[in-house]
Amino acid sequence: MNDAAGGVAPPAGATLHRPPPLPPRPYQFPRFERALLANGLQVVVAPMRKLPITTVVALIDAGAICGYRGKEGIAGLTSELLLEGTGDFNGAELMERLERLGTTIDPSANWDGTWLTFTALKEQLAPALALLAKVMRQPAFPEREVERLKAERLADLLKLRAEPRGLADVMFSRVLYDPTSRYTMPELGSERSVPLITRADVQRFYGWRYQPHSVTLVIVGDITPDEARRLAERSFGDWAGSTPESCAVVDRPARHHRALHIVAKPDAKQSEVRIGNVGIPRHHRDYHSTVVMNAVLGGLFSSRINLNLRERHGYTYGAFSHVDWRRYAGPFVVSTAVQSEVTAPAAREAVSEIERIRQEKVSEDELSLATSYLDGVFPIRYETTDAIAGALAALVEYRLPDDFYDTYREQVRSVSTEDVLRVAQAHLHPEELQLLIVGDPDTVRTPCESIGFGSATLYDTEGNALSGE
Amino acid sequence: MEIPIDTFRLPNGLFVTLSEDHTAPIVAVNLWYHVGSANERAGRTGFAHLFEHMLFQGSRDVGSNEHFELIQRAGGTLNGSTWLERTNYFETVPSNQLELVLWLESNRMGHLLPAMTQQKLDTQRDVVKNERRWSMDNQPYGTWWEKLPALCFPAEHPFHHSLIGSMRDLDAASLDDVRSFFQTFYTPENAVLTVTGDFEPGQTRRWIERHFGPIPPGSGRPAMPEVEMPRTFGAWKRELVQDNVMLPRLFLAFLSPVFGSDQFYAASACATILGVKKGSRLYKALVRERQVAAETQAFTYDLTRGADLLVLDVTARPNISGEQLEHEVAREVDLLRASGVTADELARAVTLIKTEFIAALQAAGERADRLSMFATYFGDPSRINEQVERYAAVTVDDVNAFIDERLGDDNRASLLFVPKPGAVKVNRSGEMAGVHA
Repeated sequence: MNDAAGGVAPPAGATLHRPPPLPPRPYQFPRFERALLANGLQVVVAPMRKLPITTVVALIDAGAICGYRGKEGIAGLTSELLLEGTGDFNGAELMERLERLGTTIDPSANWDGTWLTFTALKEQLAPALALLAKVMRQPAFPEREVERLKAERLADLLKLRAEPRGLADVMFSRVLYDPTSRYTMPELGSERSVPLITRADVQRFYGWRYQPHSVTLVIVGDITPDEARRLAERSFGDWAGSTPESCAVVDRPARHHRALHIVAKPDAKQSEVRIGNVGIPRHHRDYHSTVVMNAVLGGLFSSRINLNLRERHGYTYGAFSHVDWRRYAGPFVVSTAVQSEVTAPAAREAVSEIERIRQEKVSEDELSLATSYLDGVFPIRYETTDAIAGALAALVEYRLPDDFYDTYREQVRSVSTEDVLRVAQAHLHPEELQLLIVGDPDTVRTPCESIGFGSATLYDTEGNALSGE
Repeated sequence: MEIPIDTFRLPNGLFVTLSEDHTAPIVAVNLWYHVGSANERAGRTGFAHLFEHMLFQGSRDVGSNEHFELIQRAGGTLNGSTWLERTNYFETVPSNQLELVLWLESNRMGHLLPAMTQQKLDTQRDVVKNERRWSMDNQPYGTWWEKLPALCFPAEHPFHHSLIGSMRDLDAASLDDVRSFFQTFYTPENAVLTVTGDFEPGQTRRWIERHFGPIPPGSGRPAMPEVEMPRTFGAWKRELVQDNVMLPRLFLAFLSPVFGSDQFYAASACATILGVKKGSRLYKALVRERQVAAETQAFTYDLTRGADLLVLDVTARPNISGEQLEHEVAREVDLLRASGVTADELARAVTLIKTEFIAALQAAGERADRLSMFATYFGDPSRINEQVERYAAVTVDDVNAFIDERLGDDNRASLLFVPKPGAVKVNRSGEMAGVHA
């Protein structure tokens, strides 16, 4: 039934039965308003009245790319420590106050920003927002909690070493980027950097990055713009501060030739496989074409890579490609987990799909699958207050134009097969692909050394090279 | 807040729930079949889940994998999942594509077998084996999924065996099994269909009658397996697993009141008090104060017959032994037994549960899934509108009665993962020293 492209053919005559779509009903991404407080703090509000619930994101320009060399992980650690005590409450008291309001403030630091997020019922919004302001403005950073959270992050890093998927992601970035790049380490830092962070470092980082000018408060849900502005003014209006400069990161690759990296897990029943190259920044003009190209190649269940590796060969439970969008150039990567014995043929198939999409235009049928999916699924992605708040925060984080979501579907629909070929040729680099495998070296090494990536560099699970380069 | 609900039943037995919401031009279709791993026969563990995969391999008028492609081309999302007592299939699409989804679901409910081939079964068998390797065998602690029910339920009990199945049983599955499983369980009277979101009810009902109406009924709802369980284990059951892990992790399970019963709500609130989020007792005592654990969770399996399981899931900090971890967790449970819960703790739990419940109902797919759940398990989707009240009605006495009856030494099952001896060691500073191949 499957044709050469791994596509699908309906049984003869079957299309006659298929109900055609009705005319599409109109859709508009939720309207939002911006306001600027006198101290430079930005407020973005999108009213949504479906359920009595509101999501708030405080986005701070304090991503993991900001920080100090050798103290990687400080952005995330600082964001968590905000909730571990203020002038008048200790961490346990803060947690109890929030949870009695039916909510929690979830801190996280991605590459380009720190996010403090909560979702609360309407009647709890004002007190929860007041607590958010308190933790952002008056953190105490108790020494005991600094040490406790450092130990917890070290435990996370340890667990990662035993977890093949996470280990593969971490090691892929490590081998992909220039050794001086912050991107060679995970956002949360490393076993070497986290122990070196001190309370004084956290205070310095907080004083540097947490300024009203670098904060955007996104409020989405059962609220009017006036109410939202009033609440923001009441909690943050008298916060004064300076304007910190933006942070930058090295995003060039470690090398311009193919290389094979094997992280030794001698008893692994499966290989985790990562193949890719350095991609493009989020702000790139090829963004929409690249999203569509990736959807044809490996972004969907029905994409080439999954149909090939899963449905045609049964090598895997799933195989996907992904562009990790950041302010600077994140990785383009194909990810899959395959039975150890078929690691080399599976990697070869994935590489051949990367090569094929650069050699000839994709079919109109494949293009329309990708564009109609991305176009149609857009409203489904933004059903909830937290999804919309996340989208609006991303707008600020990546400095996108205000009409980005209003024009997204049109932009995607206008991508052509020529565009797909052009961006595949421009942004996929078969001659530079890095192939990383977490698996059993006795089983995978010899076969994988014969598929055009040279001889393997072996690593232990801590990332130390055991042989090779 | 009240979710609008309209229900009807087709002559062939299919139960339908409609729930309108015109906020966005999105519609969700959700089908629950009242069959799960508990219905598998001996020697065919994992079959309900393998069968779920086969439902994406085409039907009389749909090509192999075409179901996925048609939905994605329509701009929709889709998937399916298998649990002990049910299997579900679901799509969310732009609202103008509703009839296509209803047709696709009806085609595989009515006409699956003409499309089944040995080759498709063989490929999906390989895919499922890789799913097993990926989610369990090659994942630290991954085997807890099959070890915990196996520890908690006796060998012949329908909840005892592995949901994903053994490699041997997966190998044994045949096209004959596919045929008889389909004919027994995938019948209109053993399914519920839910549509939520932006649709026109009259037209939708006509589409459902047109596409699902002609499907013949099966031979009555299949008999449910016997699932009776005592109220407690009668002893403290223990299993120690030496695994490829860095840190000890304890799953401590208790037999608890079945999902949907009055006592279930007290048990669920108790789980939140004990182990959900950072204000919970386990987190405060073991992570924050004594610093012996790195994280804590608590959850219920939501089983509706025989017995449910309430599970505490606690991971140790480096340098804490498995034995010490179990001792510390048990001590917290004993403290709870001695002191009981406070009104404040209960209020916290109920407010957290309420916020999460309402937040989840924002998405059409989530609403549909919960409506299908209440329709399948209780024949009454409108129970969705009672949930907030039922949690609010739980009293301190209810929770304490649950604790007295169910959290004692005679009703505990410990599944304890510890690092394999001789593997990587962790020294006091949390750095690793070890032997590498």
